Parts: sequence; C-alpha cells; structure tokens
Amino acid sequence: MTPDLFARPEGRSSPAASGLDRRSFLGAGACGAAVPLLGPVSADAQAAAPPDIRQPLDLTLTINGRDHRLALDARTTLLDALRERIGLTGTKKGCDQGQCGACTVLLDGTRVLSCLTLAAMAEGREVTTIEGLAGPDGTLHPMQQAFVDHDAFQCGYCTPGQILSAVACVNEGHANDPAQIREYMSGNLCRCAAYPNIVAAVEQAKAEMGA
Amino acid sequence: MQPFHYRRADSLDAAAQAAGASRGSRVEAPVQFVAGGTTLLDLMKIEVMRPATVIDINPLADRYGAIDATDRGLRLGALARMAQAADDPAVRRDYPVIAQTLDLAASQQLRNMATLGGNLLQRTRCPYFRDVSWTACNKRDPGSGCAALEGVNRKHAVLGVSEACIATYPGDFAQALVALDARLEIAGPQGRREIAAADLHRLPGETPNVETQLGPGELITSILVPAGAWTRRSLYLKVRDRESYDFALASAAVALELGDDDTVREARIALGGVATVPWRARAAEDALKGRRLDEAAAEAAAEAAFADAQIREHNAYKVDLGRRTLVRALLDAARLEIRT
Repeated sequence: MTPDLFARPEGRSSPAASGLDRRSFLGAGACGAAVPLLGPVSADAQAAAPPDIRQPLDLTLTINGRDHRLALDARTTLLDALRERIGLTGTKKGCDQGQCGACTVLLDGTRVLSCLTLAAMAEGREVTTIEGLAGPDGTLHPMQQAFVDHDAFQCGYCTPGQILSAVACVNEGHANDPAQIREYMSGNLCRCAAYPNIVAAVEQAKAEMGA
Repeated sequence: MQPFHYRRADSLDAAAQAAGASRGSRVEAPVQFVAGGTTLLDLMKIEVMRPATVIDINPLADRYGAIDATDRGLRLGALARMAQAADDPAVRRDYPVIAQTLDLAASQQLRNMATLGGNLLQRTRCPYFRDVSWTACNKRDPGSGCAALEGVNRKHAVLGVSEACIATYPGDFAQALVALDARLEIAGPQGRREIAAADLHRLPGETPNVETQLGPGELITSILVPAGAWTRRSLYLKVRDRESYDFALASAAVALELGDDDTVREARIALGGVATVPWRARAAEDALKGRRLDEAAAEAAAEAAFADAQIREHNAYKVDLGRRTLVRALLDAARLEIRT
C-alpha cells in the first residue's frame, strides 16, 4: 500500500484556526465547521453514497511557513486561494491559463504555476509567495533588490512571478549565462519588455545568492 | 469550471477502480485522473472537459516517479516530472534526444509540474477543439464535423489526417519515445499490460474522439526505453514561431547508428508538429539504410517522409518546413561528436 503523501499534518499550529489571521478565519468560518475530511479513494468508496458535489473541502495550506485552514470549493486554484481567501495578493493573475507566468509560486522550493494547481493539490506542501521572500526585518531578498537596482520592470504586474521564477532559476543552476537565463525564464512574459534588465538582475542576484 | 468531486488515490488499484466505469481517457469521460494538471485544469477552465470526478494520482509518485538507467535501457516512472527527467545525468548523456524533447517543451514551471505520463497524453492545441463556441469538433462532439478543415488551419497536421480531424499532436517527448521503440507499462482494472509507445495514440480516422488505446481506468505507470547503439547519436530539432516556450510547427527526433564512412546502419526518425499522432517516419528510415548520410541522402529521406502529406488552405508550408527540419536534424546528428 502506498502511503498517502498528502496525509494531513496532525497537531500543527494553525494561526487561521486560532483566529490570528482575520481573513482566512472569516473564510473558513463562513462555510461552517462541519466539513468532511478529504479521504483517499478506497476500493469500497463507490459503494458509499456520493457526498454533495458542492460540499467544500477542508484544507490546510502552508503559505510562507504559516498554516491556513480553509473550507474551499474543489475548483479553487492555489492562485485564487492565495488572492481571494488568504489575502496574499502579491501573486498575480495574468492569463489564468498557464501561458504567462505571472502566478508563479514555489512549491517545496520548486517553481510552479498556481493558476493550474488546485489548492487541494498543494496541501501538505510548502508554498512560498512573493510575500515570503523578504527577511523578518523587511530586508529584501537579493533577487528583489536586484530587480530594484536594475529597474527590471515597468508596470510591475509580472514582477512577483518574475522574481519567484528567477530565484528558482538560480537555485536550479540554470542561470549560468545570459542565454541560459533567457531560455529558463521564457515562461514569464513581460509585456513592457523589461527583459534585458531582468537578465541583468538575475545575474547580479545569482552572485549574491552564492549559487 | 463545472463542479467536481476531488479524490486522492492512495493506490493504483483504488485509482483504477474509482475510474473503472468511466470511458478511458476520452475528453468526455466523467472521471479523470490529474497529476500535473497542466492540460486537464486548463481544459476544465475553458469547459472543454467537464469531469464529475477528478482523481489526484500524485500520491502514487513515490512508486511510479523514479528514473532508473541500466545497461539494458531506461525505466522512467510515469509520474516523474518532465524537469526531473530532463536533468537526469544518464538521460542527458545516453539519450540526448529524450532530454532535448523535454528541454524544448513548455516552460520550466510547467516542466516542474507536468508528469511524463501526462505529457504523452497532452491534448491537441487545435483552436476549434479548445473553443467550445465552435460547435463543429469531432474530437469534442463525435459527428459534429470539423471546423478546422475549412477554417484557419496554419498549424494543423499534414500527416495522418482524416476528413474528420486534422488536429496536430502537440507534444515533443512522445516523438523521442516512438523513435527509440519505447514501451509503456499500463495498469488498469483488468490487470497490467505492456504496449509499444507507438501504439498509444490512434489515428483520428472516423473516431478522432478516441485518441489513445487506454481503456477505462487504465494508467500509464512506466516508460521503458531499450538501450541501443543509436541512442547517443540522437537529437531533437524543433522549429516554432518563437524560439522558446512554444509548440512545434515542425520537429524531428533522430537517432542514428553510423558505420564506416557515415554509412547508415540504423536510422530512427519520428516527426512532430506535422502529424495527428507522434509520427514514426519509416519510409524515411528505409530510404537511408545502407546509404552514406550526405545531403542528397537526407533529402531523399525527407522526400519519402512527406510523400503522403495532405495539405489544407494554410498549412502547405509545413511540407517544405518539415522536410528541411528533417534534413538539418539528420545532418546535425551525423556530425555529432560521440564520446565512448
């Protein structure tokens, strides 16, 4: 039997559930407390009466090191959970079809598109958004500072996704020269075309990140 | 997006049984598996797919997500991510055509999400399939017709087409597998079986809605690539509208075993971007065998590869582009320095 990799973490502190996070507390509370646990499929699952398809899922998402307990419609993407339910609006919705990269976040340190990830699929994994990059004292991450230093944006809408993608690009070892940076950053579109400055920012941050 | 039941599968049997009453991997099947989600969720958002139940098979990744290389070949878990396989040292060294089909597909974010099995099953980008406001699409709605036949068909297929469908198979990785005679391990309610990767996809014929050989509840669990003298001298050439993060207009996966004086002992060729399914170009391979691989031989092979091409109003250029892509891929592969 394969263990359920997404088994619910037991006994974890949940700021949302304890009322510390107003937005997610309200979000979870509005749907009532009695939501069913999300069970794995078992051989006799089909025999049981199907639950109401609109019954929300009871999920705990770990965002920037903090747990958020939410009651979410199964259709909710990680992007919409972040923006509309948890209130972390730094992650941007561009195309919402996996074509622009504006919604890029890190999942267990790996860059993914939050618009094509169901919130339920992110349970049990560490989500890092743009809000989670700076230090506790507000010191910018080297990649954030490099984007400022090189004016690596104009309107700024794609910037959170660019920065998360760039951090991962460096950590993957795919930022060794400008051509490689351009190739491995091609999933993040910038309609203002700040591309040369973005490449320069990634090169600067790479040196400072010690990668 | 239509409401659906979300379930996680904690075993292969449970996944297969939960989906067993469904209609295989078809677009209209009420139960769908999700792994990376990069195709399924996209198509659910635009209501091309409306499953009532989505079964998350990511919990199976610890059993079917590994990459193992031996002297006999390569075993790729179907739940390995595209990026994971692309970065594998053995894949890069001994099967460069596989690494290149993965490197040149999608973006790194999507490669981190999408699984190898899911990538094989990626659905067409035909705009008439993807836009439900077009009522005529035999893939979505059997018998409704094909809006692409007389529509804007610049990106549509010229090989393997029918009067019912000319939608292009969009992937890259499958071409490498077809060229290398890979096999697929499949698990389902009736047990396990193994098929040739080349037999996974079905030609559209009169039933373009039946895209693969997968039966109800069946899942690809592993991909087996046999070792061969040709796998190191291999490459993937992909031509597209923009140089990165785009689908192929024409592509060629090529693997060669050359004898003295560049005589072709074995040639393995598959074409992408030009066909309705991952396209093994056997006529081109036969045209090369025993010949010295020079420009004239490569052009003869390319001519053979597209001899049966059927063009539409806007895609005639694909025949020429496809030929030139194959010629360049063959000549580049012949020139590769192979370290032993």
